[in-house]
Amino acid sequence: MSDTTQSGPVLAADGTPLKRSLSRALRRQKIRALMLIAPLLLFVLVTFILPIGDMLFRSVENQIVSETLPRTVVALKSWDATSGETPDEAVYAALAIDLKMAAEAKLHTRVGSRLNYEKPGISSLFRKAGRQVKKWDVENDGPYKARFLDLHKGWGDPDVWSTIQTYSPKFTNGYFLNSADMKKGADGPEWRPEDEQIYWLLLKRTMFMSMAITLSCIALAYPVAWILANLPARTSNMLMILVLLPFWTSLLVRTSAWKVMLQQQGVINDTLVWLGLVGDDARLAMINNQFGTIVTMTHILLPFMILPMYSVMKTIQPTYLRAAKSLGATNWTAFWRVYFPQSVPGIGAGSILVFILSIGYYITPELVGGTKGVFISNRIAYHISTSLNWGLAAALGAILLALVLILYWAYDKIVGIDNVKLG
Amino acid sequence: MADVSNLDAFVEFERVQKSYDGENLVVKDLNLSMPKGEFLTMLGPSGSGKTTCLMMLAGFETATHGDIRLGGTSINNIPPHKRGIGMVFQNYALFPHMTIAENLSFPLEVRKMGKTDREVKVMRALDMVEMGAFGGRRPSQLSGGQQQRIALARALVFEPELVLMDEPLGALDKQLREKMQFEITHLAHRLGITVVYVTHDQTEALTMSDRVAVFEDGRIQQLDPPDKLYEEPQNSFVAQFIGENNTLEGVVKEIKGGTALVQLDNGDLIDAKPVNVSKAGERTRVSIRPERVEFNKDRMPEGAHTLKAEVMEFIYMGDIFRTRLRVAGKDDFFVKTRNAPDQERLVPGQEIEIGWLADDCRALDA
Repeated sequence: MSDTTQSGPVLAADGTPLKRSLSRALRRQKIRALMLIAPLLLFVLVTFILPIGDMLFRSVENQIVSETLPRTVVALKSWDATSGETPDEAVYAALAIDLKMAAEAKLHTRVGSRLNYEKPGISSLFRKAGRQVKKWDVENDGPYKARFLDLHKGWGDPDVWSTIQTYSPKFTNGYFLNSADMKKGADGPEWRPEDEQIYWLLLKRTMFMSMAITLSCIALAYPVAWILANLPARTSNMLMILVLLPFWTSLLVRTSAWKVMLQQQGVINDTLVWLGLVGDDARLAMINNQFGTIVTMTHILLPFMILPMYSVMKTIQPTYLRAAKSLGATNWTAFWRVYFPQSVPGIGAGSILVFILSIGYYITPELVGGTKGVFISNRIAYHISTSLNWGLAAALGAILLALVLILYWAYDKIVGIDNVKLG
Repeated sequence: MADVSNLDAFVEFERVQKSYDGENLVVKDLNLSMPKGEFLTMLGPSGSGKTTCLMMLAGFETATHGDIRLGGTSINNIPPHKRGIGMVFQNYALFPHMTIAENLSFPLEVRKMGKTDREVKVMRALDMVEMGAFGGRRPSQLSGGQQQRIALARALVFEPELVLMDEPLGALDKQLREKMQFEITHLAHRLGITVVYVTHDQTEALTMSDRVAVFEDGRIQQLDPPDKLYEEPQNSFVAQFIGENNTLEGVVKEIKGGTALVQLDNGDLIDAKPVNVSKAGERTRVSIRPERVEFNKDRMPEGAHTLKAEVMEFIYMGDIFRTRLRVAGKDDFFVKTRNAPDQERLVPGQEIEIGWLADDCRALDA
């Protein structure tokens, strides 16, 4: 006690400042704690932080053009793309040198496919030219403009050169513009023609369907969680298994099961036809569309809604309802004014979980979504594995990530993230 | 308990039974009648059925058999929210998502009272429990004692005629509990409300109530004012449960002139007041309060039978002395004496003679 009345830093018994002696005493504990979490930290870093960083980088990264065609890029700088004329001889000469080196290193097709994302047709231009240029003696075989035009008349198209010029900087926002159904025009970003627009629609659809899935999960999960929380422990444990059983079943099995249920020759349609509610020639289309996707994903994500709701409701004591009733509230008022507000954190936690999971869901929409029910994630998968346009996939992924973070931030502002209870 | 249907009864239980599982009765044949304005405590060990009775009165449990009447009308089929009974819960049950003022306003809102009226009443109720400055806080920002006051104010704010309290002071520390005991009783008497109070704390029951109903095994064992309950227990359970008590077992030798002569199991003879014994030869359990035992020869009643006792232990407790004695072969016999200047302090090993007034020593059921 006397220490606190002294001026200056408080000293420990041996004369060292108390703060230092305290931190020394705690250092061992801290190091031990750090070592315990080190494996996880490393794992998260390698499998989560680094890939995300790499993905974000890929969405703007564009070094391939300037690295493969360094001389061409420099020579092309002074060319005015709006003039409508082809560049002069110096640019073609630079291209010849660059392309010969690239072809020898077998890199010319890669830059070709990169530019092909922006202007279809360039890929073959580069492939053909590379094959020929390899045989040239680039020191004395000029003039090159004529030779390139001989190879393919595409080399005389100012649009090709304009594309090379536009994508010559090391970084580009082209992928992001592409994700927003825009492209880099001669004078800044411009909308793509309407028949080429797809991502904006997909994004809106993904948001709408995720919202629909979240809402139907809330509607279905709330009563279930309420029953689970209010039944005696033995019964509720039994019922909990029924909730968890689908959770433990393979995703593919569950999705396929819904296919069996919902298809035109499926269980539900057969039953409806048998009951005479639906004509045999007018069977309902319930799969390979948005309806099928919403039904199936609601079923798959339901446990993620039930579990946080249940754990919150479990903590709401039944005496609150009794107190409300003793104070004169009807059953409904007691529920709505007293029970429901206290269960909101559970709804919030469940909604965040379900919404974020569904916004990035891939397998189920792929299997039961048809063309009308696919999500933006299916498009990402297409660019990753089929079109190999990883930059665009990365940009779409980054937009999705940003969207989730914005929603999370908005939720924190409106409801408060402290109010979210997962257990 | 024959006057169940007397005219001024406000709360009545008539032949009420309750079973949860269809095999065991938790409440067996309960008959009780309370006049308006009474403070009645249901006292008993846990599982004795007292809380079940309270919940039946509040409407959260239905009686398996029998009739519960409030103000002369049967309330068996009236849902809890229409009974107009205020209730204070053990854990207070203040709504955590509402402020204190909103909590108090809640019963008035569901009664469709206007905003200005509500504010006046809420303020009055808060002032009543001296919590006027706390209307804007949340329950979690209050201490246990403060929450207790708010729970009380909330149960009273809609001016019910009957208020039920289910062990409301159980979670408070001793000092606060004693303070709240006085406050609750004073408030109840000042407002003239009828209170049914459930507790397992016998001190609380004795200090607060007009009458106490001692519950055990689903029945009321005794229903009496506190002094009568303490001084004249009707059976061994009540004698044991209320206050401290010394028990000696024996057989009635004879009953003569309102006094029973009891032969203890070791052969000693003592005088007792026959309560639950009617004839010689019955086994009995004799009960005597520690503070009514006398060992000073000068103050001993004339001609009384005395017992030899050996002092085993002397316990100094400040205001009183507790002395443990070996009497009639048992060494759990206690004597309580006041810490007065002339009081003799007994020494372990000392041999003394103890006695008492025959009226203080009650021969109860075995």
